[in-house]
Amino acid sequence: MSSHFLGVDWQLVADNHELLLGGLRYSLTLTASSMAFGIVLGCVLALMRLADNALLRNIAASYVNLFRSIPLVLVIFWFYFLLPFFGFKLGPDKSVFITFAIFEAAYYCEIIRAGIQSISRGQVGAAQALGLTYAQSMRYVILPQALRNMLPLLLLQTLVLFQDTSLVTIIGIKDFMGSNVVVASNNGALKEMYTFAALGYFCVCFPLSMALKKLHKRIAVIR
Amino acid sequence: MNLHIDWGVLLQESPTGDGPYWKLLLTGLKWTTATALSGWLLALVIGAVAGVIRTAPIRALALLADAYVEVFRNIPFLVQLFFWFFVLPEILPAGAGRWMKQDMPYPEFLTAAVGLGLFTGARVAEQVKSGILSLSRGQKNAGLALGLTLPQTYRHVLLPMAFRIVIPPLTSEFMNTFKNSAVALAIGLTELTFQMKQMVEYSSQVIVTIFAVTVLYMFMALLVNRLMAWIERRARVPGMIAGGGK
Amino acid sequence: MIEINKVSKWYGEFQVLTDCSTSVAKGEVVVVCGPSGSGKSTLIKCVNGLEPFQSGTISVEGTSVGDPKTNLPKLRARVGMVFQNFELFPHLSITENLCLAQEKVLGRNHDEAMEKGLKLLDRVGLKAHAGKFPGQLSGGQQQRVAIARALAMDPIAMLFDEPTSALDPEMVNEVLDVMVQLAKEGMTMMCVTHEMGFARKVANRVIFMDRGSIVEDAHKDEFFGQPRSERAQAFLSKILHH
Repeated sequence: MSSHFLGVDWQLVADNHELLLGGLRYSLTLTASSMAFGIVLGCVLALMRLADNALLRNIAASYVNLFRSIPLVLVIFWFYFLLPFFGFKLGPDKSVFITFAIFEAAYYCEIIRAGIQSISRGQVGAAQALGLTYAQSMRYVILPQALRNMLPLLLLQTLVLFQDTSLVTIIGIKDFMGSNVVVASNNGALKEMYTFAALGYFCVCFPLSMALKKLHKRIAVIR
Repeated sequence: MNLHIDWGVLLQESPTGDGPYWKLLLTGLKWTTATALSGWLLALVIGAVAGVIRTAPIRALALLADAYVEVFRNIPFLVQLFFWFFVLPEILPAGAGRWMKQDMPYPEFLTAAVGLGLFTGARVAEQVKSGILSLSRGQKNAGLALGLTLPQTYRHVLLPMAFRIVIPPLTSEFMNTFKNSAVALAIGLTELTFQMKQMVEYSSQVIVTIFAVTVLYMFMALLVNRLMAWIERRARVPGMIAGGGK
Repeated sequence: MIEINKVSKWYGEFQVLTDCSTSVAKGEVVVVCGPSGSGKSTLIKCVNGLEPFQSGTISVEGTSVGDPKTNLPKLRARVGMVFQNFELFPHLSITENLCLAQEKVLGRNHDEAMEKGLKLLDRVGLKAHAGKFPGQLSGGQQQRVAIARALAMDPIAMLFDEPTSALDPEMVNEVLDVMVQLAKEGMTMMCVTHEMGFARKVANRVIFMDRGSIVEDAHKDEFFGQPRSERAQAFLSKILHH
């Protein structure tokens, strides 16, 4: 019986399942870590952008502007070339964790900033009229509302981030796409393995994006 | 690697046979621009058509357009490019496949431009659809109530307003086509990032090279931004808040 | 002229119209009122086919609205409609709003359409604003332009869907004045509105709707004098004494 279905050689996939699963695990780890550090750094940047201090505002704005103007591939190469240049011997598969956190923070920052700004000024006034301090009104009034508003967008950005992690293949890292490339070239099976890679990403991303749409609608109704 | 920063390297001859290094980067800039612009034009056409179809009352067509958007939004662009470049010639009928592999002019560029157009088109379609849906239902009814047919209502009432509403989100999609074109280095397109990689490897002038290329990308982003802001100003309707719906 | 016969409509499981029957004769002014959610706006949108309905028939001058063979754009071009939120086209100037359908639907040339449009604009007292855009006018002015836009098509009847309910109180009268004028000139009108003063002044009949059904359909004097149903009485006392 032929092991081909949907243009994929499933026997080949089964033979290399350890490599491919390892790649998927790498992609997911990179996504999770970049999301966590990206959101933390993004929060800091967002608060800086909303600060009264003009210097802080300008630093954060330049950071965001820079990283939103240049390709992620370019930033990956920055760190790929620059870290060894300055004497850091991390190896590409570790250094991209830094690259992605720094790059994605710029995008998370804008989502968080818009989320905070979406809360009407009246809410700040109401909180302060009740005698809450600035920190208290942020903590108990503004951020809980803002977080709910921006949650779908934060998750959507994370889904984009997961797709973006495939770019580390370009510097030879064996993430999910990278391990597909390895199996493909070792076995002369480009057609089969690249089809499998496309199917694989789709099967992860499509259900998640559908779930996100539902979440978005639900939150929009509550609002 | 060379710790000494030497701006003169840009004038030195590169070993690739493309002339001095600045020319190497210029070639890259040319391919980046060509890929981004042709991909963008294609994306606008595909996105506008697919976006309109998704709001039209023809169920089968709308489903087809939805499927297109979902497929192209849920697979990374790099994987899509590999598919078009390595898989498509294999699964096409033999004659067409052979043509793609042997006779198609500028294979890397054409694959990148069409691939980018299809990828970005799905995103544009999403924006166009939400632009049309953000117009109140009453606008469509008002057009129909005057006796306009549904296509006329789209042409004269819904699309002109939807177009204005989607300009801001399309600005960032337009910028994305420049950024995403860098992914095409993976199939060997000698665009800007590809040329940067070459220049770093041959000249060892990491800082100078990275700086020059980064500035070029930022300059392109600025240009796109200004252009779209100009279009937005030109399209503004008196008495309405910029880009506002309803 | 407008015959509505046993019309029912469902949104999925939910029935929004139940066996509605009534008619509007040529030159007659009929006001439709009732609490919100009673189906009155839905009913009036069925008359020009903006809302499909599942059973019953509606005909306008003998043309059946529900018939799939009917050329709906042609029918709609002959029946004017004015909406709650004006629905002027924000990207077109006032004159362009007035000319668009005249040119695209009736095939009038631009000069002809312009002349007609300006004449009607003058009639609603807004000639000075011809070159402006909708966003530059007040709500009351926009609604008067919307009426002129509908009249420019030389309609045989006009449908009004709560034309004053989105307006600030001080602007209601400028719109009602135009509508009263229109009624006095003999225009056939079907108006969904809560403006009972308007109904008293010009309506021939008043239809009261509740929960998707027509509860009362009576001559104006009869309706205001002694409404038969309790629901209509309750509605009237709420709307008249507050």
